[in-house]
Amino acid sequence: MTARVENGSLEFPPGASDSSPGGPEPGQRLQAILRAGHFAVTTELPMPDSADPQCILRRARAFDGWVDAINATDGSGANPHVSSVAASAVLARAGYCPVMQITCRDRNRIAIQSDVLGAAMLGVGAVLCLTGDRVGAGDHPGAKPVFDLEGPTLIDAIRRMRDDARYLSGRVIADPPRMFIGAAENPFAPPLESRPQRLRMKIEAGAQFVQTQYCFDLPVLAEFMRRVREMGLDEKAHILIGVGPLASAGAARWLRANVAGVHVPDALITRLEGAHDQAAEGRMICVELMQQIREIKGVSGVHLMAFRQEEWVAGIVRDSGVLGGRKPARSGAGSRD
Amino acid sequence: MYALRSWSATHADLLQRFYAVFERALARADPLFRWVGYDRLERPVARVEKAVKGLLFDCRMCGQCVLSETGMSCPMNCPKTLRNGPCGGVRGDGTCEVKPDMRCVWVEAERGRALMQPAGGAAAISPPVDHRLFGRSSWLRAAREQAASHGVRP
Repeated sequence: MTARVENGSLEFPPGASDSSPGGPEPGQRLQAILRAGHFAVTTELPMPDSADPQCILRRARAFDGWVDAINATDGSGANPHVSSVAASAVLARAGYCPVMQITCRDRNRIAIQSDVLGAAMLGVGAVLCLTGDRVGAGDHPGAKPVFDLEGPTLIDAIRRMRDDARYLSGRVIADPPRMFIGAAENPFAPPLESRPQRLRMKIEAGAQFVQTQYCFDLPVLAEFMRRVREMGLDEKAHILIGVGPLASAGAARWLRANVAGVHVPDALITRLEGAHDQAAEGRMICVELMQQIREIKGVSGVHLMAFRQEEWVAGIVRDSGVLGGRKPARSGAGSRD
Repeated sequence: MYALRSWSATHADLLQRFYAVFERALARADPLFRWVGYDRLERPVARVEKAVKGLLFDCRMCGQCVLSETGMSCPMNCPKTLRNGPCGGVRGDGTCEVKPDMRCVWVEAERGRALMQPAGGAAAISPPVDHRLFGRSSWLRAAREQAASHGVRP
C-alpha cells in the first residue's frame, strides 16, 4: 500500500487508496471517528522543503497509532514549502487521513476551487479553511497578498461545490468533491466576546469541525465553550482544541510575540522558568492541559501542534490518556519497507 | 483619515440615522438620475463620494459598500480586506496583526455595531468582493436598488 520512489518519481500501486472492507476510506476517517462520538486527536505535520515524498512519509510514521488525522499546512507562516495539496495526496495514498489546510493569502477563488477539486481527486477528504497569516511574517515579505476569499467565504465556497455541485459562478461540477469541512477559530484573540458568534457564522456557512489556535488559558477556553454550548454550536460541529508543548520559557515568549494570535499567560512562562528541565515541563503542561480540556463539555478532541517537537507527539498523547485506550487506525502498518 | 474614521465608528448611531435619510433621498432621486443617465453621473458622483467617504471612513471605493453592517468601520482598511472579520491574528491590545500601529478594523466594527440599530453582529456572511465594481459609486447603486425594491420604478 505504500508509495514507492523510483528514480525520484512517486509510484502509486493500483488501488492504493482503497480501504479495508467495511472501513471508511482514509480520507474520510476523521469524519467517521467524530461521528461515532470518539474523542479525536489530530496533529500537524511540518511541510518539508523537499521534492522527495519520503520526507513526508518518514515524518508521518512517527504519529502512527496515536492520531486520527494529520494536517498538511499551507504556506505556514507565509513561507513556501511543499504544497498542502501535494502533501495531502501523498498522505492519502499512503493510507493516512490528511486534513488539507487552505489559506486565502496566496491564491484567488479560481485557484482555490481548482485545488479543492484536485485534492478530492487525489483522495483528500477533509479541509481546514483559514484566512492566513500576513505575508510579512515569512521569508518572502515582498510578495503580493491575495485574500480574495477568507475563512467564512472559503467554507461557503467548498460547501457549494460539495452540496450544490457548482462553482461560485454557478457553473456545474460534473462529479462534486466529498469534503469534511473544517474552520479555524481563535477563542483567545480579541474581541473575545464575538468569537462564539464568529464560530456560529462559520458553522452556518458549512463548517462541520473546528480546530482552534493554541490554548494555554483554560479559564478563557471554559468561558468560550460555555457560550458555545449555550448557542448549541457544539452539537452542530465537532470542536477540537489546539494544544502544544512549549520547548522553554524563551520559546513561549517568542511564540506569543511572533505567531499571530497566540496568547501565553505569564503564569505559564514563570512556571517554565522555574523548571529544572524546561522542555520536559513544557510537555507536562501540554499533557495536563489536554487532560483538563478532555473534561470540558462540548469538546470533541484536541489538535496537537508540536512545533519542532514532532517526535514527542506519540508520547504526549500516550501520557495524556485522552484516547481512553482507543488505538487510531495505523496506515500501511506491516507493508512498509 | 485615521483619526476621523475612529470617530465615525464611535458615532455609528449618528451616521446611521443620517445615512437612512440620505438613502431615502437617493431613492427618490432615481427618476432624475435615470433622466440624466446613471452612466453619465457615475464619474462626478463617484468623485464626491470618494472625497466625503474618504474623509470620514478612509473609503477605498470598493463599489459594494457595507458600512451599515460593519458599524461604520470600512473593512477595506483591513490589510487582508476581510469582509467577515476579524481574523485570528488580532493582538492582545486590539491592534492589527499586519499593522500594529492601527486598531483592528473589526474590533472597531464591533464597537460601532453595538451602537447601531439593530445592535449586535452580522447575521449572514458577506460574499466575496466583486473586483469589477472598484471605483464605482455605491450611492448610485443604492439609489437604483432602493428605487427598485420600493417599487418607485414601474
